[in-house]
Amino acid sequence: MSPVNYVGKSLPRGDAREKVTGRAVYINDLKRPGMLYGKILYSQQAHARIKNIDTTKAARLPGVRAVLTGEDIPDIPLGFMRDNRPLKKGKVRSYRDEIVAVAAISPEIAAEALELVEVEYEPLPAVFTPQDALADGAPLIHELDARNKPVKSNKLKLPWRLICGDVDQARGKSAYVAQGRYRTTWVNHCCLGTSGVIAEFDLNRNLTMYSITQIPYLAQNDYLAALKAMGLKDSQVRIRCQTIGGGFGSKLDTHCYEFIAILLANATGRPVKIQFSREEEFLAQATRQPAIMEITQGCDAEGRLTFRDVHMVLDNGAYTSWGATTPSVMMVPISSLYRVPNVRFVAESVYTNNLYSQAMRGYGNPQATFAVESNIDQLAEEAGIDPVEFRLLNANQSNEITPQKFKITTCGLSECLEKVRDSLGWQQHRKAKAAGETSTGYKARGQGVASLIHVGGGARVYRSDGHGMIMKLDDFGKLKVFTGAVEIGQGVDTVLRQMAADSVGMRIEDVDIVSHDTDICPWDVGTHASRQTFIAGNAACHCGREIRRKVFELAAGQLNRDPEELDMFDSVVYVRDAPREPGQRLPPADSGDRIPLAKLLRKAHFSTGGTMVMAEVFYDPPNQMLDREFKGNLSCSWAFGTTGVEVEVDLKTGHVEILKYFAAHDVGASMNPMLLEGQVYGAAVMGSGYALSEEVRLREGRMVNGNFLDYKMLTALDKVPVTPIIVETFDSAGPYGAKGVGEPGCVPSAPAIANAIYDAIGVRLDSLPMTPENVLAALKERFPDS
Amino acid sequence: MKRMIEFELNGQQVTAEVDGGDLLLSVLRDQFDLYGVKESCGAGECGACTVIIDGRAVTSCLYPAMEAEGRSVTTIEGLAQPDGTLHPIQESFIEKGAVQCGFCTPGNVLSAKALLDKNPDPSEQEIRTAIAGNLCRCTGYHQIVEAISHAAGRKS
Ligand code: FES
Ligand code: FES
Repeated sequence: MSPVNYVGKSLPRGDAREKVTGRAVYINDLKRPGMLYGKILYSQQAHARIKNIDTTKAARLPGVRAVLTGEDIPDIPLGFMRDNRPLKKGKVRSYRDEIVAVAAISPEIAAEALELVEVEYEPLPAVFTPQDALADGAPLIHELDARNKPVKSNKLKLPWRLICGDVDQARGKSAYVAQGRYRTTWVNHCCLGTSGVIAEFDLNRNLTMYSITQIPYLAQNDYLAALKAMGLKDSQVRIRCQTIGGGFGSKLDTHCYEFIAILLANATGRPVKIQFSREEEFLAQATRQPAIMEITQGCDAEGRLTFRDVHMVLDNGAYTSWGATTPSVMMVPISSLYRVPNVRFVAESVYTNNLYSQAMRGYGNPQATFAVESNIDQLAEEAGIDPVEFRLLNANQSNEITPQKFKITTCGLSECLEKVRDSLGWQQHRKAKAAGETSTGYKARGQGVASLIHVGGGARVYRSDGHGMIMKLDDFGKLKVFTGAVEIGQGVDTVLRQMAADSVGMRIEDVDIVSHDTDICPWDVGTHASRQTFIAGNAACHCGREIRRKVFELAAGQLNRDPEELDMFDSVVYVRDAPREPGQRLPPADSGDRIPLAKLLRKAHFSTGGTMVMAEVFYDPPNQMLDREFKGNLSCSWAFGTTGVEVEVDLKTGHVEILKYFAAHDVGASMNPMLLEGQVYGAAVMGSGYALSEEVRLREGRMVNGNFLDYKMLTALDKVPVTPIIVETFDSAGPYGAKGVGEPGCVPSAPAIANAIYDAIGVRLDSLPMTPENVLAALKERFPDS
Repeated sequence: MKRMIEFELNGQQVTAEVDGGDLLLSVLRDQFDLYGVKESCGAGECGACTVIIDGRAVTSCLYPAMEAEGRSVTTIEGLAQPDGTLHPIQESFIEKGAVQCGFCTPGNVLSAKALLDKNPDPSEQEIRTAIAGNLCRCTGYHQIVEAISHAAGRKS
């Protein structure tokens, strides 16, 4: 491999210039010739039969080109359990249900048309908690399953059950046992760029989607299925992703509005754009999966974990998206965070008339880790062991296999714990606390830690975890890298450029990434599971090596040497052991021992019997799919980390201020420290918002805070003083030793903060978010007389 | 009722035909193709649509276009020189990693500019206050604050 020149450096993003000048084109900015504007009418009822929809007035409004209801469209089943439809027919099951769609020549006319639609409902009894939904005689949200068989209960036929060892026996033998019940709620991704799409058919009935999806190639498949249902079985689909104003998992599924745009474009023969408002984004975009979690853990007399027993109930909402599958990732920390030999995890999802949920940064990991790490502190206290010591004693180590059969090859967890402990001044704080110096007047300070494990080398959640890449050298010696990876703001394009430049031996200025177009770029399974730096990065290393090999073969003839004698640096091929000036990497320009790549390529193209230089690779990591027992090495590399915080709790107001926040991450190796820290800062603040302030509030299924005034994202004034601590374990499976890091940062924030609050005030906050009101309420419950 | 208004836009005198109900955001985007002015909430709550009017950072999604009459409006498109030379704040945002998805970036850059034009040497708290109305989901604000203080140092 060529010398490392760019990997590991804090290079600025390739797209930053476009973004700071306002030139980047987001879906919000895109227009197509002849484009119409689509708008959607949502349900006014949580659960009701649709008795009648009268669209005659709307259809007559000048400028309206199409009005569609569920009755006008073919059956297009959507969602993980195929229980959703683009426009609902017969009945609505939540306030977010799409019932009518309009296409018009302006957004204003489309909105006016929706106001002219008259819907008659016959309200049905509704259920808004899993408990109510499971009660005898509860109204059924779906009367039929995907195969049109009648169902008996609102429980999803998705039994999550992971059993490792014998929990009951281990429990009997444990010296200490601690139990807790934890809850997390709905939160919204709050991408600053709201969702949107343009669907456009050409005259051959081929569809182009101007899109913001994180899964272009899987989306292609979903849209093709819809086209088939619409009778367009020979149509093709091309997806062209625009600049994406934030992803975080919100674009990992294909959504109703996208299919509605396709249906409207088909009905009108014109391109149709649907652009969400913020209100709509809150209402119609699926959230993070909420969870009710019961956990018990035990340890022996020395503090070694003996078992972990977790039972969860998930409010699925009215339809299934990826939220329904979050237990597959909740299992990761439940089975494998710290060494715990006996594990039981049972989860059930229940339909209700609430919002439904989808993927969000960390998938189910932040929820499960909130329960596991809060409960670890409870157990450590029970056992009378310092919480950090307790974690160190149980920390995962390199070269171990966890009960779920994960193979941990490299593990920096102990180092993360130690570094966070020392950075926090843990011991000093303990002493100060013992001396009663950590609370003064109405303020109390506390420290807490929590760790994480997450997939670090992709995850085989589908049959393939693959990534296709093509590299092409052009006539001017420039390298084009064609990748299926999607740039959602995380910086994958920049990191891939660094790796491609280094793996070939080129100047980074000579390397460009070409992406976001399914017609041009090879297949990739999706931008999820923190996988692109690892997976696309590995592809870049393999592909780059192939390009080098071909270049050396070409250059060998030109330089009269064997390919093995050649090297490449700064886009110049040279003879490795040629004489050179002291301090120079390359031999002198006129020595005949070197040839610039551009010259070499021109010679290759402009000669009789010429050739070109391209390489392709399909990289699929050695990851295993979970087996029927949910076991197997899901990822060939595992990421670890520890977050440690110091908080100050105001006992009068309940306000929690974060005074210190150390985020240690075992990232394998840092590819670009500035971008890496950007992920850590951003995830830490997102995680802190999850912990302290964010909540989609539903009253009887109706969202009551769908705006940025009432939904509290943290602002620049809510300072979270994050200090990233980068731990490098150089995983040999990763490109240049790297592991994934996109999601991990937001995983341990909430339990670290909850543990610190407990340390400060002796009250355990077991529900998110830990708002001032909730802190005060918990204080009052715990100390009723004070 | 439509009316012609005249104002300065990114250093040029311009005219626009606007209605009483028109908001500056849509006039800038729809009549002047200034797509760097972003809409994220349309309710004055996120700062993505920030422009500078007579030296003040203003959310253009709430600002009646009529009110721009006779004023000087700067959008993100007006910051770089015509030859492509970036404003020092833009340079700092690039160098310090203050940009991820970039949707909040124009607003944050302009809030920073309004601040630094008045207060060339702000404290961290003053910077955080100046961008408190500019929500960012990606960066956690740290590198944005760093970029702004770096730009301040660079200018003086
Ligand atoms: S779009 Fe103007 S403040 Fe959000
Ligand atoms: S960079 Fe994405 S919202 Fe700020």
